[in-house]
This record gives sequence, C-alpha cells and structure tokens, in this order.
Amino acid sequence: MTTLHTVNKSPFEKSSMDSCLAYAKQGSSVLLYEDAIYGAIKGTAVADKVAAMGGVNFYVLGPDLKARGVSEDKVVDGIGIVDYAEFVTLAAENDKVQAWV
Amino acid sequence: MSEQIKKFMYINRRAPYGTIYAWESLEVVLIGAAFDQDVHVAFIDDGVYQLLKGQDTSAVDMKNFSPTYQALGDYDVTKLYVEKESLEERGLTLEDLMPLTYEDEDDDWAEKDSIRLMSRAELADIMDEQDILFSF
Amino acid sequence: MKFAIQVNEGPYQHQAADSAYQFTKAVLEAGHEIMRVFFYHDGVNNGTNLTTPPQDDRNIVNRWSELGKKHDLDLVVCVAAAQRRGIVDEGEMKRNGKSAQNIADGFRISGLGQLVEAGIQSDRLVVFGD
Repeated sequence: MTTLHTVNKSPFEKSSMDSCLAYAKQGSSVLLYEDAIYGAIKGTAVADKVAAMGGVNFYVLGPDLKARGVSEDKVVDGIGIVDYAEFVTLAAENDKVQAWV
Repeated sequence: MSEQIKKFMYINRRAPYGTIYAWESLEVVLIGAAFDQDVHVAFIDDGVYQLLKGQDTSAVDMKNFSPTYQALGDYDVTKLYVEKESLEERGLTLEDLMPLTYEDEDDDWAEKDSIRLMSRAELADIMDEQDILFSF
Repeated sequence: MKFAIQVNEGPYQHQAADSAYQFTKAVLEAGHEIMRVFFYHDGVNNGTNLTTPPQDDRNIVNRWSELGKKHDLDLVVCVAAAQRRGIVDEGEMKRNGKSAQNIADGFRISGLGQLVEAGIQSDRLVVFGD
C-alpha cells in the first residue's frame, strides 16, 4: 500500500521529520507543511537527508512557504510545490495518510 | 457486523504526563476495542516511555493511568508493538517496561505477552499493511 | 471519496486548526465528501462560541460553523475531552449542573466512538495536530 506521510514540525526543533523519513518506504510520499516547510529549503543541514531518500516523493505546501516568506526558488530541486487542492489529491491517491504530529 | 474489518493502528510517539496525548490516546484504544476491528498499537519515539514500570504520580497530583495498559488484554487489544531502536536510543530494554499479557482463547487461554519488540523495519512493514492510522 | 478529519489542537495556538479547515474546504471543493470532522484533545476548543478574536483576525470558530452550515458537515466535539476543557452543550450543562452552555453553532458533543466509527466508515482519515 502507498502512504502519504505528513510532517508539520520544523526539523530543527522536533524529530518528527527524522522519524517520518525512517519509516517512509519506496513509492510513498512525504508532504512538508506548516513549520516543516523549513525542511524543504536548499543549503540546510537537513537538505541532504531529503536528497538521500531515493524512491520517495517529496512535496511542500506552497501557501505555508509563502506565509513564511520563503520563495519557491529556495526549495530543494525535486520537491514538488503543491496547494491545498493538490494536498487533497495526494491524500486521495495514496491508500492512507500518516500524520507525524 | 456487516462492515468489513479494517486494520487499525494507533501510533503513540509521546511521553506521558508532560502532555495529555498519551492518556487520551489510550482512551480511544479502549473505546475502539468495542468495534471489533483488527487493532494494533505502536509505541515509538518517546511513546515507549508510556510503558515504563513504576510510574507513581502521587507527588505531582496527576492521575496515574499506567495500570490501564494492563487492562488492554481483557479488551482483546493484544498487539502492542514497541520499536527496538526507540528503546535502545533511550537506554531501555524490555525489562524496563510493564509486563503486559493476554489470555489466548485459541490456545487454551494460555497467558501470552502482548508487547512485541519490533525493529523499525519490521514495524514499517506492519504499518504499511494498515488501513487506518490514528495519530495523537 | 469519503474523508474524515481529526483535529487535535485548539484554534490560534497551533496552525493545525487552520490547516484542518483549509484542507476540509479543499476536500469539499474537489467534490469529495467529508463524513465527519472530529475534534479531540485541545481541538475541542474549536467548538466554543465564547471565542472573541480581534476584528482584524479570522474567527476560526465561526469559520467552522459557516462551512458546516453550507455543507451540512458533522462537526463532532469529543465529550470526554470537552468536559475536561469546559465545552458544554445544553444537555451537558444540565447533567453537570453548570451555569451556561457554550457549544458553537453547528457543532455537537458526542463520544469517542464517533472517531472510531469515522475511521471505519471513511476512505481516508487525515489527522491535524501539534
């Protein structure tokens, strides 16, 4: 089964993103939103962790990037920028949603 | 029940007492036991602290809800997964956790351990098979 | 597709209440069904009509009520979590001898079984929390 994992905490403050990455299987998707968008930015200490996750699809929620003043060109290459409608599509396309709250 | 049985997993990643999540999560597990679903409960990250032996809240005047975990077996909640890596990272072993058991009706009511020590990879496989994941 | 939403945090303190609302709205706009929104833990505070935010801020409680009315949503506040945190409807007010009720329009108070049932009956459960 495929899973959409959601993470909403900054990886610099909480370990939920690490836990999520440890569980995310090949073919699953990870959506970073709320304060987790800071985990999607280029040139950070966590960007390499994201890059190292082959076979996992990464997404970041555009409205949360914009709210925090992070421009889209700062996002790590290969991370898809989605809106709420696409968040819904991801939730529907995967078999289930796992929230790493 | 005419509905299909789903695989339910309750995921516990938080320590008790500092916040109410652990306790209110346990309340859902108890209520959920009445619904005849295939119930799985995972303890990972700080969630493993929920099962520590010897919890005594008398000096902080909070309710000690840890004895309730021992009732889970009576509610047919018998698949409690503890992640090995989370225990090790915290310097813990199974010996540090409350012994939780159930009586197996399919095996002449033999008393068995409810807690199953799982590696992260094994637990990831079990999570992958679930239909519904509750997070608290 | 049938979605169920679980909201674990109250309004204003955490963005979870906002994210849950935006997601719920997007689910409906996409033509899917919201079979229930279940408010648990501090999430029950999304259902108090005593909330009075400043004029220039969003009213998170009213926003739920309005969305609920427009789409006939089942907005359920967990009774056990609500009792701990002082969210009361008329029945609970009488039963517990309280002086007032404060459940917001369109919300109802019910048991935890409603969350489990939402898990069983929906195609997707999406959790928003801290």
